[in-house]
Amino acid sequence: MKTTKSDQWSRADLELGARLALPVLPGLIAFALAVGAAAAAKGLSLLNSVLMNALVFAGASQLVALEVWPERLTIGAIAGLALVVATVNARILLITAALQPTFRDLPAWQLYPLLHITTDPAWLITMRAQRDGGSPLSIFLGASLVLVVAWMTASTAGYLFGALAGDPRRFGLDLVMPIFFATMLVPLWRGARKAIPWIAAGAVAVAVQQLFGGWYFVVAGAIAGCAIAGFIDDSD
Amino acid sequence: MIPIEPFDYGPVIAIFAMAAATYAMRAGGFWIMTHVPLTRRVSRMLAALPGSVIAATVLPIIARGGLAAVLAIGTAVLVMVVRRNDFLAVIAGMSVAAAARAAGL
Repeated sequence: MKTTKSDQWSRADLELGARLALPVLPGLIAFALAVGAAAAAKGLSLLNSVLMNALVFAGASQLVALEVWPERLTIGAIAGLALVVATVNARILLITAALQPTFRDLPAWQLYPLLHITTDPAWLITMRAQRDGGSPLSIFLGASLVLVVAWMTASTAGYLFGALAGDPRRFGLDLVMPIFFATMLVPLWRGARKAIPWIAAGAVAVAVQQLFGGWYFVVAGAIAGCAIAGFIDDSD
Repeated sequence: MIPIEPFDYGPVIAIFAMAAATYAMRAGGFWIMTHVPLTRRVSRMLAALPGSVIAATVLPIIARGGLAAVLAIGTAVLVMVVRRNDFLAVIAGMSVAAAARAAGL
């Protein structure tokens, strides 16, 4: 693994990160509109919707939580919502674990806010650009800035326009996130041997999804891929 | 029960609980790795993580999403392999997805 300093700063890499985040925007905006519209449909105030989008900042989990949002928010119901959100977001454990070697030297006042804005696309973009020799912190911040601004703007617009967001499935917008993810596999390709864990991850995820449904399949698959990678010896 | 009108704190408390649960995941993964020595095996496992998360996310979507998902994702990957341009790849994939859905797939 290449050693890169996490604290070096580069304006060019900040811009590179921002540019690499652009292909995610159509999907992210469609998704944010849906999350905002769902919050409005459940009767949350605009302020609460903005608060949720800023503080939780994890769209898939918010959409699921809003789907099961109870009429009466008892202590039990709130604990249930927190559990649902933790379940959907369990994969972020693995993401910040993977980022730890890159960002471990950051001072706490930078690290803790930075962890809050960690998202799947920002992480993937950072990992990929870092392999090409970029400054990970600058790329991460550049990508995250674009994602945060787009997310907050589009989710607020979605709240305000409510039902106008319509059904994202009609134009295939629900497939944008998996499309973006799949294209990111191409630059990550390092030969068939390194792809064995990916196949294991995909197979386990499909099996878990078919057997149990729910949201655990991403975590189950990713852990299976990691475990397999642990047993494949380095050939380089 | 204490009356919570006119200002309802319920949603605010729920949002803070959800935010705490999410931040626990974000900080938790990082925290775990500060307590795990970064051996060659652990580096190898972390290196396999991006591809594994992608495969574990995308394959069940393909399995569930049917032909539209297969065609759209297949097109995007093909364009990416040939042109190495993610913007072009996502646009191509989305076009196929929209066309496939319009065709009723």
